[in-house]
Amino acid sequence: MALSFQKIGNESSLWQRIWRNRALYLLLLPATILMICFTYLPMYGITIAFKDFSPTLGIVDSPWAGFKYFTQYFNSYNFWTTIRNTLIISIYSVIVTFPLPIVLALLCNQMTARRFKRFFQVSTYLPHFISTVVMCGMIILFLSPSSGIIPKMLGALGINVPNLMGVAEAFPHIYVWTEVWQHCGWDSIMYIAALSAVDPSLYEAATVDGASQWQKMIKIDIPMLLPTATVLFILRTGSIMSVGFEKVYLLQTTLNLTYSEIISTYVYKMGLISNQYSLSSAINLFNNIINFILLLSVNLLSKKMSDTSLV
Amino acid sequence: MTTAVKANNKVKRMTSDKIFNFFLYLICGIGTIIVLYPMYFIIIASFSSPTAVSSGSVGLFPVNPTFDGYIKLLGYTSIWVGYRNTIIYTILGTAMILAVNIPAAYALSRKDLVGRRIFNLFFIIPMFFTGGLIPTYMIVKNFGLVDNFWVMIIPFSVVTYYIIVARTFFENSLPDGIWEAAQIDGCGNLRFFFSFVLPLSKAIIAVIALWAAVGIWNQYFNALIYLRNAALQPLQIVLRSILISNQNMASMTTGTAAQEAQELAELIKYAVIVVSSAPIMCLYPFVQKYFNQGVMIGAMKG
Repeated sequence: MALSFQKIGNESSLWQRIWRNRALYLLLLPATILMICFTYLPMYGITIAFKDFSPTLGIVDSPWAGFKYFTQYFNSYNFWTTIRNTLIISIYSVIVTFPLPIVLALLCNQMTARRFKRFFQVSTYLPHFISTVVMCGMIILFLSPSSGIIPKMLGALGINVPNLMGVAEAFPHIYVWTEVWQHCGWDSIMYIAALSAVDPSLYEAATVDGASQWQKMIKIDIPMLLPTATVLFILRTGSIMSVGFEKVYLLQTTLNLTYSEIISTYVYKMGLISNQYSLSSAINLFNNIINFILLLSVNLLSKKMSDTSLV
Repeated sequence: MTTAVKANNKVKRMTSDKIFNFFLYLICGIGTIIVLYPMYFIIIASFSSPTAVSSGSVGLFPVNPTFDGYIKLLGYTSIWVGYRNTIIYTILGTAMILAVNIPAAYALSRKDLVGRRIFNLFFIIPMFFTGGLIPTYMIVKNFGLVDNFWVMIIPFSVVTYYIIVARTFFENSLPDGIWEAAQIDGCGNLRFFFSFVLPLSKAIIAVIALWAAVGIWNQYFNALIYLRNAALQPLQIVLRSILISNQNMASMTTGTAAQEAQELAELIKYAVIVVSSAPIMCLYPFVQKYFNQGVMIGAMKG
């Protein structure tokens, strides 16, 4: 067998090129199989969004239902609530959590005191490693009206705060600003890396020309960060309709539900708690498609405008 | 004349830089305090007397130091079961992630791989489009993995992001000549991968192992969806029931006054946060340079 392949070796046919690197396919095999089983097979399962799924009949044999479940969702009271809440939380998040890491990186880059700079970086990265469950536990503890440190501190200043976890309107603020606390430092790493690649002679030249530190920051650092920022911004906008499930779900209380019920938590509740598999899949698919379209259009737009794109 | 103007400018610049620096360090100093204080507070509160914590008199140092919270915590078997499970999931899951993603990433980094583009696309598509919760749940169920120990290790071990980062590393860091040289010496792909590629890639393997381990340690979503059996629950699920759903507290109210029990329950929350986060937090400063490296390798792709 091996001999016969060596014979045709010189012409290097497609099959022969594949055969020569057969071991590489072996290396790809485990990942490929797992990907097919647990990511691509479920894509086929999306069909249940268009079916009257019954567990006894299974995915294939359940009768088709067309767009029944989509219209059911569009007409339900929760349609606008979930979409509004998802958009509020995600747009608010982008507005706040997108620029702050850039500011942080700029500040960090200006610091000359080595020790303090290092300390500052390590401490701002630290909260990133707190798990979502613990983070939410901390939020609830700190905001607790009976013993929480935040109501206590504000109370000492004469400000009376209600039980913030029970005030629906407060939910997006709590979500976004704790997100800043936890991830702002970590998210700045990429920008700090971009700034460390700036040619030092640029700063020297600017100093000779009499530029102040502030001017150097505005005229050198910010333009240097633009390409990185553009790519990250595309990614963020592309996922504007997908707010992470974990944190929102953990912070939900019956009192703040009017502002905290987002698409992903609704999908979970409809699907795994109320067992409405088809409805849940339909909502999920709808959300997925919007995300996909958003990502493609933002990508296209930025390709046209600035030559920076993802794929 | 001109020298005078220059000197004047220089003075102006010096003062403006001084003001700038003052605000720079002021803002960063306040920022550091805002970031560190809540974590510090959790630690001191966990050692303080329950009454002091709930009355708000704990500020900078523990008040009436006590280990009550931690002692009570020792009695919660569910936490220790969760702890043990999480350690097992983290070790096996990390090993699985490395075993699956690193070889795939290497294969994809090879330019002479026929079908490279198709394979790349195959792994990238799921970053943007997935089956969603319910279809995935049903497939996992069909494989008999719901409420099964292995659901935490096998099904979701392919992580496209890790593959991209490792692939980028292989593409940029392995010298081009060594594969050709090895080939001439009669070295096959597999042997080359195990005896040359892996030893040269310790840095990226460390980065991905750390990311994976932290990810598994901290995640609770999969357990929430796929595990019902209490004996299999990881730490994060147990934490959720203590910190967020306020469970396990009813048993505390017997014998003591309700107020005191309530305060102790709060104290246990602080202690449990410390106990569950300590391993990663203590490890982090030592390994942070690897984390940063990894983010930068990942950034090169973008």
